[in-house]
Amino acid sequence: MKKVSRFLIAGAMLMLFLFSACQKGQTATQEPRTLTVLTHDSFAISEAIITRFEEENNVQVDFILSGDAGSALNKIILTKDAPLGDVFYGTDNTFLSRALDADIFEPYASPLLEKISDPFKLDAENRALPVDYGDVCINYDKNYFATTGLAIPQSLDDLLSPEYNGLLVVENPAISSPGLAFLLATIAQYGEDGYLAYWQQLKDNGLVVVNDWNTAYYTNFSASSGKGPQPMAVSYATSPAVEVMYAAEPMEEAPTASIIGKNTCFRQIEFVGILKNTPNRDLAEKFIDYMLSVPFQEDIPMNMFMFPVNSDAQLPEEFTKYMQIPDSPAMLPYAEISTSRDAWIEAWQEVVLK
Amino acid sequence: MHLTRRQTFFLLGLIPILFLICFYVLPLGVIFQKAFSGLSSQILSGDLWQKIGSPLFFTLKQAGLSVFLTILVGFPLAYGFSHFEFKGKKVFYTAVTLPFILPTVVVAAAFNSLVGSSGWLNLFLMQVFHLAAPPIQILNTLTIILVAHIFYNTSVFVRVVGAAWAQLEIEQEQAASTLGASAWKRFWLITLPLLKQSIISALLMVFLFDFTSFGVILLLGGPTFNTLEVEIYQQTTQLLNLTLAGILSVIQMAITFLISWFLLHDARTGGMVTFLPDIKNERLRKPANGKERVFLIALLSFLVFFFVLPEFSLFFRSLVTIDTHGALKFTVRFYQELFQNTRGTLFYISPLTAFKNSFLYALTTMLIAGILGTIAAYGLLHFRKTKLLQVMVILPLGTSSVTLGLGFLLTFTGVPFFQKVPQVLVPIAHTLVALPVVINTLFPAFSAIPENLRNAAANLGASPFQILKKIDLPLIRRPLLVGAMYAFILSLGEFGATSFLTRPEYPTMPIAIYRYINMPGAVNYGQAMAMACLLLIVCAASMLLMEYFFEKEKRT
Repeated sequence: MKKVSRFLIAGAMLMLFLFSACQKGQTATQEPRTLTVLTHDSFAISEAIITRFEEENNVQVDFILSGDAGSALNKIILTKDAPLGDVFYGTDNTFLSRALDADIFEPYASPLLEKISDPFKLDAENRALPVDYGDVCINYDKNYFATTGLAIPQSLDDLLSPEYNGLLVVENPAISSPGLAFLLATIAQYGEDGYLAYWQQLKDNGLVVVNDWNTAYYTNFSASSGKGPQPMAVSYATSPAVEVMYAAEPMEEAPTASIIGKNTCFRQIEFVGILKNTPNRDLAEKFIDYMLSVPFQEDIPMNMFMFPVNSDAQLPEEFTKYMQIPDSPAMLPYAEISTSRDAWIEAWQEVVLK
Repeated sequence: MHLTRRQTFFLLGLIPILFLICFYVLPLGVIFQKAFSGLSSQILSGDLWQKIGSPLFFTLKQAGLSVFLTILVGFPLAYGFSHFEFKGKKVFYTAVTLPFILPTVVVAAAFNSLVGSSGWLNLFLMQVFHLAAPPIQILNTLTIILVAHIFYNTSVFVRVVGAAWAQLEIEQEQAASTLGASAWKRFWLITLPLLKQSIISALLMVFLFDFTSFGVILLLGGPTFNTLEVEIYQQTTQLLNLTLAGILSVIQMAITFLISWFLLHDARTGGMVTFLPDIKNERLRKPANGKERVFLIALLSFLVFFFVLPEFSLFFRSLVTIDTHGALKFTVRFYQELFQNTRGTLFYISPLTAFKNSFLYALTTMLIAGILGTIAAYGLLHFRKTKLLQVMVILPLGTSSVTLGLGFLLTFTGVPFFQKVPQVLVPIAHTLVALPVVINTLFPAFSAIPENLRNAAANLGASPFQILKKIDLPLIRRPLLVGAMYAFILSLGEFGATSFLTRPEYPTMPIAIYRYINMPGAVNYGQAMAMACLLLIVCAASMLLMEYFFEKEKRT
């Protein structure tokens, strides 16, 4: 069987190749230690920032990206007994209590916490430390509103008026994190007793619901490359600035903007923590300090499109120029979100999807 | 110890079994143990059946409808491709197969640019018929789910059935024709019974792809449609309700088992007549008369409209920018951007790296699945409980990938070997899905070979190896090509398991597509489209190369 044996040899060589590919970088004179950071798929940072940390501490930082924020956290909870890494970054305030209840973090009072203003520090025991924040807002298509002469809605109530019939697309909170954030904004505004009535009216006014951000933005939103039918979509307050940064032709101003009335946006805060029983606690502490320090913090906006929590960090020009920051974004106590989230979502599904 | 040839043969047969025990039974056992250890009677009561009932019903309904329509589309195509010689045939054949590798976000983008509210097809129809509103409104309906499933899976039916049809001995039909049997009668009484095995195989695979469909339901169907797989995903990743997810997975597997059991027939007790396969391609000819030419033109027009147009629209989208007023402008910027790390980000994916990783994963998957699948399909002929085993090996195809992925995570991430080289888990996971496809493509071919051929060879002193090499392998080359090809492209386009198991240092092309399309901005969208086109090109080139080597070797 000449052919089969040829295949076998090729297969063996492939395997060898795969194995050897990961032996790279182990030849340094003093073997660097490895720090493993678990995070979600949206994590991004400049290469130079990580290289600097690696060189200063003779460490190799491995990142494992594991799905969206919810999946990543669940994975860590399920593998708690044999942790996959040393540090977990990326649980947000909507998932914070699940993380804390599952007891996955060791407390760490970083000296840099004093640079962070108090409203971000949700966990008094410092098991989860704030790193960045961002607002989920309704983006609107400036061109659409300019050409139709329609007034831009300023509040959640405005969205109920008939001239906006069929113009808004939102994500399913059971699947999507911005979808959940927007649901929470309505709960902050109308309370647990009133939000369902609001959604019923929104539904009667031609609300469009899709499952994920991707579809909402690229299939339904009229200002994106997908040229969809709805001129308003739930996205992030930073999306207009990102549209400018990644425009095909240089732009003077953003093609979109956010509605930043009272409680129209929901503030998400992302946290980092040291995973329990890590053998590399010293390195993990150093890495967290580094994440909260100015160079790392100033690198966050252009990579993850979120805001730094360190008050010394400066915002890039693109951010200050092309986007608005809501004055009074909605917030809900994280413990309350955790206890009621599933029930809220289920009730929402009954009203909106059935 | 010296083993006889027969013993070696049986030991070899153990390899696929061991593979499945290690990488299928074990991780499933671990996850189910975790899911059901906290099982209380509380969860079994209440609205559990309501929670299961409606997604279950819808899953079966959409899968059944999808399969039915796929056969309607696939049969004429399989006939056309196995009977007629025409210009550009390979290109058309490739075009039908390409959708199979496309990530759902890309298919969603392609459909949107054609039949979305400002899609070109809609704009065209509005222009021509002076309509005020877009006439095609199928996004977020059952229709688009069915259309997407046909778009994705028709090629499986066409290739599997087509491969069998192409090497069906033509003499019986000719004899029947001489005796005055009508074309319909010949098809019904001769061709169909002989094709039955491969039709069932193809039908079963298409059914299972539709049955466990996830992306299509989620992205194109929208939130009002709920299948078992979507429900399992929600329960696992969002609600962390492993018990309910486990129950749903078990139901999914039980249905897979039942349907496979019902559909598959024991090849040896079926009493079917087997004929020597035609490997000279006697069927293949140019269309002989006007009727056949019209049929072929109609077939190819449909093919272009249904399969080529969406693919073409992707290429178009990757090469133009659209400004706020809808004006188009040609650009190659998206392709240029792909090759540079403009913002110096840590997780920048160079197209060459992505291509290299995707290609290596696909090649490894093809080799493992091809070798294990051939051994398994051949071995199946020699086991006494063939049908049970046949059903068992198809189960991975009907198992929730979310459940299996989590099982992989819990079982293997603690093992030092896999910690050191986590990327070997990717082709292993891909093989789990590819293996049933290879086995199901090969088994009908193996069982169609008359047993007396093998008996004769054995009587003359041939070892099982020699029989496999001299008799079986030459007769199963075409189905083997189909199986290997699907193993390859399954891996090339796979996203879920890869993103779950891989490290950011080993990104693949589908992962790059998702990375780009998860950010706002025209350049990110354009880069996703450009990367999708590169993926299409890589896939098309690989398939054409495989066919080329297949043809070349046949001639020598």
